Amino acid sequence: MVFLDFEKPLEILYEQLDKIKQVGELGGIDVSDKINELENKIKTTTKEIYDNLSGWQKVQLSRHPERPYTLFYINQMCKKFIELHGDRYFADDKAIVGGIGSLDNINCVFIGHQKGETTKMRAYRNFGMANPEGYRKALRFMKLAEKFKMPVVCLIDTPGAYPGIEAEERGQAEAIARNLFEMAKLDVPIVCVVIGEGASGGAIGIGLGDSVYMMENTWYSVISPESCSSILWRSWDHKQKAAEALKLTADHMLDFGLIDGILKEPLGGAHAAPEDMAKMLKKHLKKEINALLPLSAKELKKNRIKKYEKIGKFSKKKKE
Amino acid sequence: MGWFKRIKEGIITKTVDKKKDVPDNLWYQCQKCKNASTQKEVTNHFYKCPKCNYHIRIGSDYYFDLIFDGKFTELFDDIIAKDILKFTDLKPYKERLEKAKAKTDLDDAMKVAEGKVNRKPLVIAAMDFSFIGGSMGSVVGEKISRAIDHCMDNKIPLLIISKSGGARMMESAFSLMQMAKTSAKLSQLSDAGIPFFSLLTDPTTGGVTASFAMLGDINFAEPEALIGFAGPRVIKETIKRDLPEGFQTSEFLLNHGFLDFIVDRKDLKARIGDLLSLVNVTV
Repeated sequence: MVFLDFEKPLEILYEQLDKIKQVGELGGIDVSDKINELENKIKTTTKEIYDNLSGWQKVQLSRHPERPYTLFYINQMCKKFIELHGDRYFADDKAIVGGIGSLDNINCVFIGHQKGETTKMRAYRNFGMANPEGYRKALRFMKLAEKFKMPVVCLIDTPGAYPGIEAEERGQAEAIARNLFEMAKLDVPIVCVVIGEGASGGAIGIGLGDSVYMMENTWYSVISPESCSSILWRSWDHKQKAAEALKLTADHMLDFGLIDGILKEPLGGAHAAPEDMAKMLKKHLKKEINALLPLSAKELKKNRIKKYEKIGKFSKKKKE
Repeated sequence: MGWFKRIKEGIITKTVDKKKDVPDNLWYQCQKCKNASTQKEVTNHFYKCPKCNYHIRIGSDYYFDLIFDGKFTELFDDIIAKDILKFTDLKPYKERLEKAKAKTDLDDAMKVAEGKVNRKPLVIAAMDFSFIGGSMGSVVGEKISRAIDHCMDNKIPLLIISKSGGARMMESAFSLMQMAKTSAKLSQLSDAGIPFFSLLTDPTTGGVTASFAMLGDINFAEPEALIGFAGPRVIKETIKRDLPEGFQTSEFLLNHGFLDFIVDRKDLKARIGDLLSLVNVTV
């Protein structure tokens, strides 16, 4: 198990639990009372910690090395899933995955950022940072969905679009902009869920939809807290402050009306019970898709553009 | 940016009396070639360095002057920024806004105006880099959104002149969502068959490039402008290598297929006039 810095009290309790279990086994002593007591204590401590998470702590949770990623969820949710590859122009991006699969009786197109689970795989997936071909691959899948009248599911989890020389040469900005432009007028429902990190253009590049939810311990912002700290505070040391100032948690985002809702996570975060989280995600996606399916393409697009047109807060200048 | 003198009189917007005139005998030292020229020379040279043709960063008012046939009307000038998040870094956002307003005589990083170019109607939305780095927050998004509605209602083409460091951090996800908002509105404009021209000027980066700036039916730029998604410093830090010469310039973008052409500022008005006469409006 991996414990984050604010989970220190839990780490100690788990260590005690292991020791007592060992003592019980070795000495043949009945320690079940003690075990029960400790397990209860772990539960209440977890709840205490998780009820009072700061913005920065949620950022840490969204990056938890054991947190489930897109392909895990898809494989849990779909009986059948065929992964598809490539943008048909340049390459197959490894940081954005997708394909066709079914949520029970609904055939869907799935798209999502993918991070790696091991050191080797993390590099292979470019840490979930897509290049332009990733966004173009996503667009290709969306067009496929449009052709076959299938809803699109987008799972968002990226520290940002990749900032590299080749990415610029191949038009990172154009690729993201094109997706936003096309997603706004796609004929089929688009259901998005932030399952981890929602950083900037890299996230919104597959994040414009009819329904946008965030999991409880995720974040969504124009910039990562680290980069924000480095630019505005001119040092990397103020990431906690930046995380609070950016108001990037799901609660804030819902308050601002920038997302449609929050998906609760199991106690201790999605990684504490990944299968349960996948079940909840599946239930949520089915509900959202079923609500959108009766709408005509025209209605969908009209509502979608209206929804985004309304986003933004400003004042009216007093006439001099 | 109060460096230059207006070249023409008779503009009907309020900004005319607000702008501080600079005496002609002031000297301008070029950022690029370091040569000095008089203010008058620079003004007569379309705000470019008379020695090396460096395109000096100019604000929305200058572009309106350069492009429109004299008169124009500013639109949606009553929308001003709000501190939605009560955002504070080293300075509160509110204070930054006040300071930017006092320093620039602007209300935000974009002005929209309607006028004529070679007697053809055009709406121009032009960004001001001097206002918090030309950053896009709710105001810029809303102005673009309303400009698009105005263009659709009146069947007028739209030109957006981008000059921005990207999305405004102090509005966090609100500014991020302006990327979605402006792109969604542009898809509407596109479906309505109305032309959208995108002029990218120095600098155009981040969320602005990754939304409306790259979505023109025709994309063009001034020479040697910095245009990109990630800033050069971020890329350098990520890849830990030096960047190639000419990386992320207009010429680089043209070469890689993301721009239709590059236009010198002295030819800007004529080129936009030609575009307006050569593109059929299908509505």
